[in-house]
Amino acid sequence: MRPSPSRLLNILVPIKRAVDYAVKIRVNPQQTGIDTNVKHSMNPFDEIAVEEAVRLRDRLKTEVKQIKTVSIGPPKSLDVLRQALAMGADSAIHVEVPESSPAPEPLAVAKALQAIIAREKEPVDMVILGKQAIDDDSGVTGQMLAGLLGWSQATFASKVEVDVSKGEVTVTREIDGGGEEIRCKLPVIITTDLRLNEPRYASLPNIMKAKKKPVEKLNAEALGVDFTPQLKTLKISEPPKRVGGGKVTSVQELVAKLKEAGITAV
Amino acid sequence: MLATASTVVVRRLPTRLRWTTRLASSTPPKFNSVTKEDIAHFSKILPPTSILTTLEPASASPSELEIFNNDWIGRFKGQSTTVLKPKTTEQVSQILKWCNERYIAVVPQGGNTGLVGGSVPLHDELVLSLANMNKVRSFDPVAGILVADAGCILQSLTDYVAPHNHIMPVDLGAKGSCQIGGNVSTNAGGLRLLRYGSLHGTVLGVEVVLPDGTILDQLTTLRKDNTGYDLKQLFIGAEGTLGVVTAVSILTPPAPQASNNVILALPSFNNVQPLFRQVKHHLSEILSAFEFIDRTAYDLAVKHGQGRALESDEVEGAECFVLVETSGGRREHDEEKLSDLLEDLLSAEQPLINTGVLAQNPAQFSSLWALREGVTEAVSKEGKAYKYDISIPLASFQEVVDGTRERLRQKGLLHDKAVKHVLGYGHVGDGNLHLNIVADAFLPEIQDALEPYIYEVVQSLRGSVSAEHGIGAMKTHALPYSKDKASIDLMYKIKKVFDPKGIMNPGKVLE
Repeated sequence: MRPSPSRLLNILVPIKRAVDYAVKIRVNPQQTGIDTNVKHSMNPFDEIAVEEAVRLRDRLKTEVKQIKTVSIGPPKSLDVLRQALAMGADSAIHVEVPESSPAPEPLAVAKALQAIIAREKEPVDMVILGKQAIDDDSGVTGQMLAGLLGWSQATFASKVEVDVSKGEVTVTREIDGGGEEIRCKLPVIITTDLRLNEPRYASLPNIMKAKKKPVEKLNAEALGVDFTPQLKTLKISEPPKRVGGGKVTSVQELVAKLKEAGITAV
Repeated sequence: MLATASTVVVRRLPTRLRWTTRLASSTPPKFNSVTKEDIAHFSKILPPTSILTTLEPASASPSELEIFNNDWIGRFKGQSTTVLKPKTTEQVSQILKWCNERYIAVVPQGGNTGLVGGSVPLHDELVLSLANMNKVRSFDPVAGILVADAGCILQSLTDYVAPHNHIMPVDLGAKGSCQIGGNVSTNAGGLRLLRYGSLHGTVLGVEVVLPDGTILDQLTTLRKDNTGYDLKQLFIGAEGTLGVVTAVSILTPPAPQASNNVILALPSFNNVQPLFRQVKHHLSEILSAFEFIDRTAYDLAVKHGQGRALESDEVEGAECFVLVETSGGRREHDEEKLSDLLEDLLSAEQPLINTGVLAQNPAQFSSLWALREGVTEAVSKEGKAYKYDISIPLASFQEVVDGTRERLRQKGLLHDKAVKHVLGYGHVGDGNLHLNIVADAFLPEIQDALEPYIYEVVQSLRGSVSAEHGIGAMKTHALPYSKDKASIDLMYKIKKVFDPKGIMNPGKVLE
């Protein structure tokens, strides 16, 4: 199923609706979860993924055949799909999960994505997704998907260059102390890091156009996957409250306090 | 610097104002400087930590007093020797009583964030800082009525009422430093005025200390109170010339549950008015801001990195931009309304807008606001700014900006070494235009080209020479352009009633 060199690119961008990063997270009194009745938006890393796909099309023009976005989540996930469509994706798939169900875990998500890729009429050449979602911070979906499919993976991307004719992609990865450049054969899984790009605003005409773009509705049964959680959440609690500092009146007092706290000169 | 500031004022004093000066006081009041003896008296009223003075026994160095003596733009520099920071209304009363008897002039000071030199001494007046009066006295979460000391910082009050799902009715760029007493004393406008009205409406009561030490307790928490003259209104916007506001009772509206914003690019300024009508019609109660920035202001904001710019093909052919903000109780409802409006705007046969962008998340929401709010900062980075804060009919906004630019061009002052940009932005919803002239340096010929020209234009439009910044020390000479002789005459009489010796913030509002 390797794409022939002359083939045009089909890009799939999985995105997640998550609690907005600017929202202060509050744990519910039962300590079973967080207050979700707050502003949600597209997971920021996924927004970068959408932007990168659209930029690839800006650069490669007609060599990018289509950009499809997919989200697995409750009915309101449609909002983030519409945003991705407004940013420039062509069509969308919404794998609907009932509002009351727990969020699918990374492995189930990876399997669902695998099933979606398998049923696409046009073979997918590239999956671009966020390196992690900011709600559960698991950061494993992309890698699991690459494992399931047996595809190349380029994680934590800060730069992506595609040579469609050679069927190759060169990715600069964020690693400790710098960047690492790797070259992979298509098809490939790319997970995005923060420095890859700065996502665009959705312009009004594009927002209007996005309302008319097709969104296919699917569910777990249709994909033959099981979203039942394999992990049990025991307890969710807030980090300990930060204790305020105190004022000291002299250097001697400061030194005494430091000693008291167990801090000594090296 | 002090000399410069006061000579500007004197030089610009229009001849027709001279009669009022005479009327104010046939013999100009001579104020006494603060002396060692006065400090000795103050130390009977206040603890040592509340007295900052460079007089014997000195408790502060002159550099420590700089932040009280200078305004933040650096245009006014006073030479006060003493700053008092009382903690209670009773202390304020005793201080003023003493100063009144001793003919010591007093400058009440809040966060000192004013733009017209109203909160700094012009000579060596005593600075009365309200910073230590910073306690919330009460909050009624049912009625939403907050009673707070004058020195409470606006942001901390916002934080105080937030857990009760309320917000302050006033919001402005200086919220992290400005104090509620100063907000009331200057009748600060700001970003929420369109929605919640001016402080004349939201302030329910004030506690004021008069120059003779009388404590005027008008600190009611009543929405309705038609019993005689509404004295508190006189102190809202009096800039500390009638007395010292020591506490405020203010109505806080319920916090909106959802906010959204959109920036629209307009092909022509002529579209702003019809757009405003259409936006009001569609959004009605959820409209919370309608802000205008012209192309020059937008370009400057982008140039100096204030917020993320729109794509270049989207701004092409845009003469100006409008930022619309909605705040409401239910996200879905607000989004539907906004979406209907945008659809109507885009599908119109002769669209009023070229295009626009709609914030998709709080980060973009802030970024769009930054394009508007960042203009002030961008202007200060670009050069020396002459700032005019005027109220004029909306229809004249562009005409005034263009007219000013044309005048400078005719005078040969529109080039790299003189005036670089003439720009306009502001609160369309309130008819408030910020007209800024960015120059390479402050030059007398630019000043002469701008004044009294701009004031005359404002006068001819029956506008206000100071929409929300106040008069302070900077615009006393311009007052007659907005207020007639009879009005100014009455102002002097009122001043005389409250402050017969004229010790309260002399040289401000009225000359």
